[in-house]
Amino acid sequence: MSTLAKIDPDISALIGAYADCIDNEHYDKLPDFFTDDCRYRITTYEAYRAKMPIGILECSTKGMLVDRLNSMRDANIFEPQRYRHLLSTSLATRAADGTLTVRTGFAIIRIVQSGESGLFLSGNYHDTVVAHAGELRFRERLVVLDSSRVDTLLVIPI
Amino acid sequence: MTEASLPNARPPFEWPTEGVSRVAFETYVNPDLYALEQKALFKGPIWNCVGFDIEVPNVGDFLTAWVGDTPIVLVRSGPDAFSAFFNRCAHRGSTLCFEKTGNRKRFTCVYHNWSYDLEGNLKTVAFQKGVNGQGGLPPDFKHSEHNLHKLRVATLHGLIFVTASDQTPPLDDYLGEKMCAHLARTFSRKIKILGKYSQYMHNNWKLYMENVKDSYHASLLHLFFTTFKLNRLSMQGGLILGGDGGHHISFSKMSTDVSTPTEYDKEKLRAQSDAFTLHDPSLLKSWPEFEDGITHAIQGLFPNLIVQQIQNSLAIRILVPRGPNACELFWTLFGYEDDTEQEGAMRIAQSNLIGPAGLVSMEDGVIGNFVQRAINPNTDGQAVLEMGGHTVEDQVSRVSEASVRGFWQMYRKTLDL
Repeated sequence: MSTLAKIDPDISALIGAYADCIDNEHYDKLPDFFTDDCRYRITTYEAYRAKMPIGILECSTKGMLVDRLNSMRDANIFEPQRYRHLLSTSLATRAADGTLTVRTGFAIIRIVQSGESGLFLSGNYHDTVVAHAGELRFRERLVVLDSSRVDTLLVIPI
Repeated sequence: MTEASLPNARPPFEWPTEGVSRVAFETYVNPDLYALEQKALFKGPIWNCVGFDIEVPNVGDFLTAWVGDTPIVLVRSGPDAFSAFFNRCAHRGSTLCFEKTGNRKRFTCVYHNWSYDLEGNLKTVAFQKGVNGQGGLPPDFKHSEHNLHKLRVATLHGLIFVTASDQTPPLDDYLGEKMCAHLARTFSRKIKILGKYSQYMHNNWKLYMENVKDSYHASLLHLFFTTFKLNRLSMQGGLILGGDGGHHISFSKMSTDVSTPTEYDKEKLRAQSDAFTLHDPSLLKSWPEFEDGITHAIQGLFPNLIVQQIQNSLAIRILVPRGPNACELFWTLFGYEDDTEQEGAMRIAQSNLIGPAGLVSMEDGVIGNFVQRAINPNTDGQAVLEMGGHTVEDQVSRVSEASVRGFWQMYRKTLDL
């Protein structure tokens, strides 16, 4: 049985800064929040519980994450939109080697140019956070969406 | 009661005189036509795919699905038998199963505890004889007249289809030889389900089916293909049509050996900035897994099933209408039971190409809405479908709208439009 670790303000700052980065459309900075050997995935609660290997999106390397951001910028066609993240308190457990496992709930409001603004997705971040060159980074960010249904399309990372 | 729900109701507009090379914009928005589709098409002489047999492996396992927008239950009612019925109690119409999946020995309605066996036959009625001799059902009440509304079920290569009509031809005949052969090829080995999700789209269901059948748009709307040299309109391939044109297979073959330059490389048909290359091309790694050499095949089966092979990313998609202006696409991704670990990893990596977050396919989630918002309420006018001619025939070129015209041909025939 793991016990809750005291949340380091730096971890809250990391999680908040990541959301802030997306909400302010600084997408090219997003890879900086990850270690070089990172993994970034989005799945659904249903698939996560059923241990299904395929979710919504799978970047098993940092290169794939960079490619996705490049594709969003240069290749994919979608209605201009941005996100507003709402974050819960983070819960953390610390492993023997110091690695922190952090879980944070979120809701995302999607804003499109018509002015329509509504709940797009909600879920949990399941993060593995490590110290890297004196700063905290995500080694793994698994996004577990509450619903198995995605409205229209998902292009901006969560 | 709307006019369209009456027998022999006519839609409130005429089909354009040009035939299937024109589609009135009204076709995608008209609520009376939508009601007519539910009655005469989805509950008419067509087969609706509702999932895989392996999703209900044990007797009593059920899943809930839709015929058009009508909720149904599909249950394994015997070791090799399936039953299906409207998800609606025969008593007062309450939803019988409100879970996505589950297992039942009987289906008991929560409202008044009427219960049905796995084949949908009414077995017991709560307080049938009343209490202390008072109340209860009249003595002439016949259980057999109050069974669930049953649907016919047929299976083919692990896919389960249902139909609400007695007029529907046998499934093999409905699909035809060419379509059955392609299903036999795709489902020649035991499958396993790798992922499931749905995508809600704000457009009429037919706009998505047109999009699926439109091989013309692939390289133009989906720039990930072009940018990363996956665009293959210049490659060997073609369109095969079946049924009354309502079924189609769009296929192509590419070099799947990632260690050598692709055919596309050699042809220098790159429309993208050369600076734009993948940092991690592992999602493009694939292996040739079908002897026919086909690497990309989209099979659309009328009215709303898609069987997808995009390299090694395999899926079925079932489209459920959600009113005239919306639809929901249910994706089930699969591999084979005997996949190696490496093959499984490649399927996972390639899953990035498809779905609502698909690098290749995400645009399909919104393109229908780009049409819907422009034609509703501005419905005067018609869509033009003349790429590849005016006919509904197999085509060597995929720069063609023949399979879209085929869809409309079968649609018109089914609805007598």
